[in-house]
Amino acid sequence: MSTTELPTTTAAERADDAVREGYFGPFGGQYVPEALSGALAQLVDAWHDAQADPAFHEELDALRRNYGGRPTPLYHAARLSQEAGVEVWLKREDLAHTGSHKLNNVVGQALLTKRMGKPRVIAETGAGQHGVATATAAALFGLDCTVYMGAEDVRRQRLNVVRMQLLGTEVVPVDSGTRTLKDAINEAMRDWVTNVDDTHYLIGSAMGPHPFPTIVRELQKVISVESTQQFAEQAGGLPDAVIACVGGGSNAIGSFAEWIDVDGVALIGVEAAGEGVGSGRSAATITEGREAVLHGSRSIVLVDDDGQVKPAHSVSAGLDYPGVGPEHAWLASSGRGRYVSATDDDALLGFRRTCELEGIIPALEPAHAVGWLLRHGRAELGDGARVVLTMSGRGDKDVDEVVEVAGWDVGVAKAFGEHAGEGSA
Amino acid sequence: MSAPVAQPTTGPARIQAAFDRAAAEDRAALIVYLTACYPDADTSRACFEAAVEAGADILEIGIPFSDPMMDGPVIQAANQHVLDAGYRVSDQLELVASLDHLDVPKLVMTYVTIADTRGYAAFADELADAGLSGVILPDLPVAEADAWLAEATRRDLATVFLASSVSTEERLDAIAATSSGWVYATGLLGVTGVKSVATDVTRELVARVKARTDQPVAVGIGVKDRASAAEVAAYADGVIVGSSVVRAAGEGDPAGAADRVGALVRTLREGVARP
Repeated sequence: MSTTELPTTTAAERADDAVREGYFGPFGGQYVPEALSGALAQLVDAWHDAQADPAFHEELDALRRNYGGRPTPLYHAARLSQEAGVEVWLKREDLAHTGSHKLNNVVGQALLTKRMGKPRVIAETGAGQHGVATATAAALFGLDCTVYMGAEDVRRQRLNVVRMQLLGTEVVPVDSGTRTLKDAINEAMRDWVTNVDDTHYLIGSAMGPHPFPTIVRELQKVISVESTQQFAEQAGGLPDAVIACVGGGSNAIGSFAEWIDVDGVALIGVEAAGEGVGSGRSAATITEGREAVLHGSRSIVLVDDDGQVKPAHSVSAGLDYPGVGPEHAWLASSGRGRYVSATDDDALLGFRRTCELEGIIPALEPAHAVGWLLRHGRAELGDGARVVLTMSGRGDKDVDEVVEVAGWDVGVAKAFGEHAGEGSA
Repeated sequence: MSAPVAQPTTGPARIQAAFDRAAAEDRAALIVYLTACYPDADTSRACFEAAVEAGADILEIGIPFSDPMMDGPVIQAANQHVLDAGYRVSDQLELVASLDHLDVPKLVMTYVTIADTRGYAAFADELADAGLSGVILPDLPVAEADAWLAEATRRDLATVFLASSVSTEERLDAIAATSSGWVYATGLLGVTGVKSVATDVTRELVARVKARTDQPVAVGIGVKDRASAAEVAAYADGVIVGSSVVRAAGEGDPAGAADRVGALVRTLREGVARP
């Protein structure tokens, strides 16, 4: 049924490639100033200790269940399926506490922070979802918290800024560079280099130096641990494809993790193409980037021919990032994963139709995956293909931005092109 | 001093000679950092010349990168200014080549993605052809450096590695064994140009490195003026000053930049003389 490219490597070959700890094939590693070497070694040790400690897993599981609201449902989106021409199952991370998948990672790393005896966490945030999750965990565990956020993102995600402040976190707007996520990460790295003795950098995506890409994947893996079981129970058999949006790639790697070694299940990452691939205003890193080092690991990066990182562009602050996690670079280059892109316009379509057909206001990030599925799903995956799509977050934070960018005066959907008016029929 | 016989003209040996000359005068070597083409190519050239005229023993030439993780606000802003002005790496290297008349070893300080994008082999060729003696890549630790080191060695380029007070004994072993030119001891936990050198911690770090190697050990990050240069010169072979020199180059009228840099470097040179 599926016309999607199937994996070109076997699980065993991939295991051979990944044998060097901290690497995914040629990608990954620790490209960081020497000052961070101690903190990374400490984190590797703390992670290994925690992995081997049943008490860590018990505490994490209890927090996920009783505080975070897991497991999140897998929901058959019948009306969206009808429109897309494929069978869509939404993994509802938008229903988790704080409104996105980000808490999965944050609670685990906050427990690690306590184990390392550090009283302070710092984080970067783009859309604010990771910042809110980190601020939440900081409040829960009594940690000091500073979140770096590009000044441009502070403007377009005002709601999340207020949420972080209410939770007792200091939000520092970053005015350097492109004033978005990549610059927030630079500034968080600089803070960490300076305050590494008492501070844990709680990286929010599956990027950065080893061991972050591995830790974040393992903590986000709960998404696909649940969805494999839920799909078998509710739908039966295997899906044809698992689809998730990719910025740095944390929800995607968590959504893919349990399926990577399952043959016949396509893994599709949807990057943000902004105004279009080739427009020069895009964040489709894997589609348009090249191998380079950014923020501590070797991966695929949007760099120009002189080695300068190019500004990314996306309507979604959470995908507005010129890099991607190293495991995604490896899944792409090994052929196991397939990485496509959705434009701002695709995302706005996905946003609106998810609202209108399912009564779910999605974050703009997963709206890219929905938009891609609506416009390309049937052709690319085959009529009636069964798809698990991770609804990585809720869209309350994006309402102002959508109104501004799309000019979507509520009730008058004229800015939405060919679909204008359909939803009110 | 009388004219030296058969001075080495490239690579680690040329850098070593600069340290030796300073040691013979009972002082630390003064290593001056400036961002290439800041605030513009001509002014930048004049600033490098003024720095050497005023007593810099070694030049560290920054090639701007869009995302300089180790740099504080002053050098970040200088990088961004140069990139916004449209200068490219080829322009920076052209500027370096035009400094060939300055009789000091010159190293490039940049980030690994600049080298990576050009390809390590091509980058090594470009650096050597521009008359450079070495390179500092602060985001390239020893464990990731094999491929670069092969190309650097091929073109007789020194690769200076950074050591930190948090480096383990094993890592210091590797850094001391791999670094060439000198070992760069970071004077504090932090980025360039924000805080002042942490004396006790840095003195201990220098001692730990010196216990492992006969190579020179130079201290950078947190050294900004005559007093802090003098403090570090008491226990290190070299003193690296960056942000305050960049600030001198960039603040105010470009026509006065070289004079401002020269005046600052003269006081730094006084600072590195051991009393």
